[in-house]
Amino acid sequence: MAVAARDRRLGRLERSAITGVLVREIVNYSSYWRAATFSSTVEPTIYLLAFGFGFGSLVSTVSGYDYIEFIGTGIVATAVLFSSAFPAMFGTFVKYQFQRTYDAILAAPVDTEELVTAEAVWIATRAGVYGNVPLLVAMAFGLDPSWGMLAVPFICWLSGFGWANFGISVAGFAKSIDNFSYIVSAVLTPLFLVAGTFFPIDGLPGWAQFLANLNPLHHCVELVRHAAFGWEGWSDVASVGVLVVFGLLTWRIAIRAMTRKLIT
Amino acid sequence: MTELAIRLRGVVKRYGEITAVDGLDLDVPEGTCVGLLGPNGAGKSTTMRLLTAQALPDEGELELLGFSLPGESKQARAQLGVTPQLDNLDVTLTVEQNLLVFAHLYRIPRAERRDAIQRALELAKLVERRSARVDELSGGMRRRLLIARALVHRPRLVLLDEPTVGLDPQVRQELWALIDALRSEGTTILMSTHYIEEAQRLADTVMIMSHGKAVAAGAPSQLVSEHAGTDVLEVYGPPARLAEVEGLAGSNGLRTRRTGTSVSVLGIENGDGIGIDGERRPANLEDVFVLLTGEEIG
Repeated sequence: MAVAARDRRLGRLERSAITGVLVREIVNYSSYWRAATFSSTVEPTIYLLAFGFGFGSLVSTVSGYDYIEFIGTGIVATAVLFSSAFPAMFGTFVKYQFQRTYDAILAAPVDTEELVTAEAVWIATRAGVYGNVPLLVAMAFGLDPSWGMLAVPFICWLSGFGWANFGISVAGFAKSIDNFSYIVSAVLTPLFLVAGTFFPIDGLPGWAQFLANLNPLHHCVELVRHAAFGWEGWSDVASVGVLVVFGLLTWRIAIRAMTRKLIT
Repeated sequence: MTELAIRLRGVVKRYGEITAVDGLDLDVPEGTCVGLLGPNGAGKSTTMRLLTAQALPDEGELELLGFSLPGESKQARAQLGVTPQLDNLDVTLTVEQNLLVFAHLYRIPRAERRDAIQRALELAKLVERRSARVDELSGGMRRRLLIARALVHRPRLVLLDEPTVGLDPQVRQELWALIDALRSEGTTILMSTHYIEEAQRLADTVMIMSHGKAVAAGAPSQLVSEHAGTDVLEVYGPPARLAEVEGLAGSNGLRTRRTGTSVSVLGIENGDGIGIDGERRPANLEDVFVLLTGEEIG
């Protein structure tokens, strides 16, 4: 057996290594799924109801949609952000710093690249599920179902993969967990507000519109709305492109950040 | 010649200004238990991290199970079990779930997984507690699980980083029995410890480390007789008396060391008749350690 193992070259991004890390997450999930599901679904639902009814009583339609439809589709991106970037930031930091989980995993035949990839895939998958909740809530308040909505889990997954890697990168670069406040206040909050979730960005000044177009969250919002109300061709292809680039870029950054942190 | 499970040559690891490992040579022959003995900060844990490629050397050659590190580290890690100094079990999971996760991480084929977990449970004497959550276990049970987790894939080589640190003497005995059982199965073990007794009992070969260097290596009994003789005279008394004893021993060509409230006169078997009263005891590794490094241990 030893000889066989010696002959077999172990490559990069091996499936068995990624599966091993995923199994750890899935088994752990069985012990905390209630809390995770609660925070990932209740928070966006509160936004949806508060804005939907609060603003909805002032404005009846936005960009040609009922406000509850506009916001019900937009909030999907918020749900994705809350169930990917935040768990990735805090979860990664806790597992690295306090639980020392990654020390144990990297002593097994798993490399940092595989570890980060598996963690991001896992978080993206959760986001792919939790992202649908606002849509379901909005349906209860009158959003009409459509076939295009079947694409929403995939849009959420792709978006969630990028945000998960973003969160892992932040945890990788942060010296202490307090540093997360800077990222939340200076990066995530503006991106979350100027994504076209609560109001359309075409009412903003030109420079702000330009910046909003660089916001991956905005592209998630656009794709979900078009999935629900009708695709818009090349603009949707471009949005998918932005999310793919965002995912790949943050993925490589996350691997680099965690390698620096874990391999001394 | 027996094959070497671990071979280190001239390994240097620096962290900024600090040289944690300073030109270390280390041989661990297959089927033996080697103990790295040294105080905190001697470079034992850094050596362990170098062996799992979680630290990258600045200089030197490292070979583990015939694989060269860090390049082929992943192949080596597949046949290696590691028990870290800090408990990093998943505390909200059960004993069995912790083992299941590592059965996957160590790529045990599905058909063999159940047996592997059962074997690890038996080895750690945790069969009865298989469904208990880790945070319900005692400190000793957790440490046994931590060791069992490293053995689930029947590794050829096991690294134990301070396996009994912070445990009661009684619990320590249980763990020694577990490690001894492992050793008699033929598993190669590299263990770091700062407990003299642990090294003396379990290790075939002890390497004494200080400031990142190996200062002596050999079988515990051989190290003792080579460096500290057979018997030691322990003399208690007020500081003035201790200083007097040191002078007297020195003038008779005997070496001494201070241990808080006493002076130990080494190699007393060669100094019969120098007329010092005290308690005679066999020399031990601690004497060797203090002699060679000038540091207290533990």
